[in-house]
Amino acid sequence: MLELRQITKVFNEGTVDEKVALKSINLTLAPGDFVTIIGSNGAGKSTMMNVISGKLLPDTGSVWINGQEVTQLSEHKRARYIGRVFQDPLAGTAPNMTIEENLALAYNRTKRRTLKFGVTKQRREFFREALKTLQLGLENRLTAKVGLLSGGERQALSLLMATFTKPDLLLLDEHTAALDPARAELITQLTKDMVEKLQLTTLMVTHNMEQALRLGNRLIMMDQGQIIFEASGKEKQSLTVEKLLQEFQRIRSSHFASDRAMLV
Amino acid sequence: MFTAIFSSVEAGFIYAIMALGVYLSFRILDFPDLTVDGSFVTGAAVASVLIINGTNPFIASAVALLAGFIAGCVTGLLHTKGKINPLLSGILMMIALYSINLRIMGRSNVPLLQQETVVTVLTEAWQKAGIDEAINRVISLQSFVPRTWAVLFCMALTVFIIKLLLDQLLKTEIGLALRATGDNKQMISSFSANTDLLTIFGLGLSNALVAFSGALVAQYGGFSDVGMGIGMIIIGLASVIIGEALFGARSVARATLAVIGGAIVYRIILALALRVQFLETSDVKLITALIVMLSLIVPNVLSSQKEKRRKKRRAQERERGEHVAGAQTDYKSV
Repeated sequence: MLELRQITKVFNEGTVDEKVALKSINLTLAPGDFVTIIGSNGAGKSTMMNVISGKLLPDTGSVWINGQEVTQLSEHKRARYIGRVFQDPLAGTAPNMTIEENLALAYNRTKRRTLKFGVTKQRREFFREALKTLQLGLENRLTAKVGLLSGGERQALSLLMATFTKPDLLLLDEHTAALDPARAELITQLTKDMVEKLQLTTLMVTHNMEQALRLGNRLIMMDQGQIIFEASGKEKQSLTVEKLLQEFQRIRSSHFASDRAMLV
Repeated sequence: MFTAIFSSVEAGFIYAIMALGVYLSFRILDFPDLTVDGSFVTGAAVASVLIINGTNPFIASAVALLAGFIAGCVTGLLHTKGKINPLLSGILMMIALYSINLRIMGRSNVPLLQQETVVTVLTEAWQKAGIDEAINRVISLQSFVPRTWAVLFCMALTVFIIKLLLDQLLKTEIGLALRATGDNKQMISSFSANTDLLTIFGLGLSNALVAFSGALVAQYGGFSDVGMGIGMIIIGLASVIIGEALFGARSVARATLAVIGGAIVYRIILALALRVQFLETSDVKLITALIVMLSLIVPNVLSSQKEKRRKKRRAQERERGEHVAGAQTDYKSV
């Protein structure tokens, strides 16, 4: 479904601030895979998401979605294949537009926009049914401006908007990080339900190891622009937070060891 | 007095078309577009020159609209493809248009006296039909008989047709994407909308309305002048801000109505201000600037006063509540 081949991305090349954000990343997602990505700040998780979504273009390497190369495709063109939820609850919705207008915008993701009305009677019914799955009562507030919703409600709406058109690939970039624990739990549960129901191929960045273990069938750990650890299926199910931390320390120290070996 | 207000309302309707254009760029696209000062004159210049050369005034006005669209698109291109800051792209285009407008007109002023214009055609048709007499018979104002009702009615009709079309457009799929471009660019491009194209289209449409308004103002006033666009963006903003403050902007349809109202109110305020003894016609721009300043400051002052009153009331209520609570505990201890 998604394939990254030898992706490299360097920021500020040739200056003292040079930073290799991604080092020859290879990653393949099979249809229906739900991959969680963990890693410390600066590990390259967000850069990888941005390379996939088209916000950043890689220096070398190629991105493939559905067997098609999309490396040079602009962000908005690529959006036909990709649904996205951002970390900031304000980022995924238009605050001065109503709930139904926002849903209409999302509904057009896969289609060419025309001069037909965005919100029709038929679509409104469809939106209402979709909103019911959130169980937040938003189906009764279709004409409320989204700016009036709470962060949790907005994030739930963003999640619905990203998924209800069944994208080929769903990108979740720390989408529960800005919420309080109760809202984060709600969004996590909604994510799980929606991905399972629609069988979406999903890539989720998170700082919450417990969440990374609970969701998905594959787990990836990134560090310094590389994928340093990967677990899937049974192996992932048997993982715990402690084991993950141990693994991280082990790999980190072996890196240090090899660095030291080179210096000596 | 009545005559002054009557012609203010007439002019208000014509300028309202320009104000709707400014609303589109300033509010919908969140793009402070200064092209307006130039494109307004472009519309006037194109229409006047075509009319002088014998073109039908209605066609001339339509061509003016198209010219404005192109000017707006260029500003949009400068911003989206040239990556130039919005304010700067507008200013650059405004300056460029100054020379282009002079080229179009060939001189700095083109009079339209004795020419067939939209205004004269409509007035004549109106008189032939005898509508003016009928209206004057029904509404008999002793002190004041307007020259003709034609301009007022036809311009009001034109403005409302444009308003309705704009309202409808902003409800379509493209229109929603246009609004989202001004509201949250990152979001709408993650839903596969080409924000560059939408910005260019939106600015084109905005300046098309502005140029159309310029074409009508030229025909209404009987001339086009290279300096007639100076400060036009401020007049547009004044209309938008006054309108929103007075009539509200809850929905798009409400906001566009408010903008039309704001354009008329602005004209009336201006006409009244000019009747003050010590103010002269040359003070128009100063008055405009003052009106805009006031319409920006006054609503803020009012709402902060309201907030203060609300807090005071809250504090009083709580004090009263504590008294009651205190009395109750006293009672219990007894």
